[in-house]
Amino acid sequence: MSILHTVNKSPFEKSSVGSCLAHALEGSSILFYEDAVYAVLKGASIEPLVAGFDGVKLYALGADLKARGITDDKMIDGIEIVDYAGFVDLSAEHDKVQAWV
Amino acid sequence: MKFSIQVNEGPYQHQATDSAYQFTKAALEKGHEIFRVFFYHDGVNNGTKLTTPPQDDRNIVNRWSELAEKHDLDMVVCVAAAQRRGIVDEGEMQRNGKDAENIAPGFRISGLGQLIEAAVQADRLVVFGD
Amino acid sequence: MSEDIKKFMYVNRRAPHGTIYAWESLEVVLIGAAFDQDVSVAFFDDGVYQLLKNQDTSDIETKNFSPTYAALGDYDVTKLYVEQESLEERGLTIDDLMDLKWEDEDEDWAEKDSIRVVSRAELSSVLDQQDVIFSF
Repeated sequence: MSILHTVNKSPFEKSSVGSCLAHALEGSSILFYEDAVYAVLKGASIEPLVAGFDGVKLYALGADLKARGITDDKMIDGIEIVDYAGFVDLSAEHDKVQAWV
Repeated sequence: MKFSIQVNEGPYQHQATDSAYQFTKAALEKGHEIFRVFFYHDGVNNGTKLTTPPQDDRNIVNRWSELAEKHDLDMVVCVAAAQRRGIVDEGEMQRNGKDAENIAPGFRISGLGQLIEAAVQADRLVVFGD
Repeated sequence: MSEDIKKFMYVNRRAPHGTIYAWESLEVVLIGAAFDQDVSVAFFDDGVYQLLKNQDTSDIETKNFSPTYAALGDYDVTKLYVEQESLEERGLTIDDLMDLKWEDEDEDWAEKDSIRVVSRAELSSVLDQQDVIFSF
């Protein structure tokens, strides 16, 4: 069993990123999209929390990164960028999707 | 694979419906089936034909309607949420004694049971919200 | 268990009254109860506020739906998971929550607690075991 967690709010506005990170089990994945892509910025106070994740694969939606001016060099290492088709693939590859709205 | 989509927010205020649209389009392009798109909470506001966004902006409502027509999508607006927010079709207009309806093409108003059925029937439920 | 029965989880992470999400979420749970799925409801983060005792919306003139949680047992919605850490972070204990019960017809209608206080780790694993996760 595995969950694709989707998060869409800035970690500084809402608790959803933090709560998702606290609940994600090994083998699950997290997709940051919409305002949650701010969570992947290097140097932010929550970087240790995001970057320190073992056993959970992290993704960010490219269209939302681009819209917000977040270029590859500003991103925490090890986060894979996907497009909407990739979002669909991730949803299909996991057993279910949990939206941290 | 069979997907159902739940949209919890209205157009323009939140990106949720934009994301839901892009996801749905991408899923269809990949050959997946969309069993149903269910609009709940303020998401029911995606179903009004009275929106008139500026010409240089996307027309979110029309975009859904066009996608529905092209792919024969079942787009359901929750009746309880719609009644609260003034989204009305012909049947609701008559039932509630209103003098107008505003449901956009491709949308239909139905009960919450349609969301449950969408989750039962689909392989995945994907929720977009605030 | 028949294979067309799915494990449904309704996730509640929002406080009541300030927005309509909690109330409209509860409406889905009530409607969904008619579909004979294996239903659980989770309350964590601000969702635990939904279950506080003594809610009275008369002065803000909004619908007070909090008594409706007590009816969930009659709808065979008997698994309400409440996260311990979410309670603690908010200075709450189980005693601050409504006393929600259900009657077990297999045990001569014995009254049982609907609320199961679980740790964050336990809740994560309950979420992991679901087939469908509803979020509002």
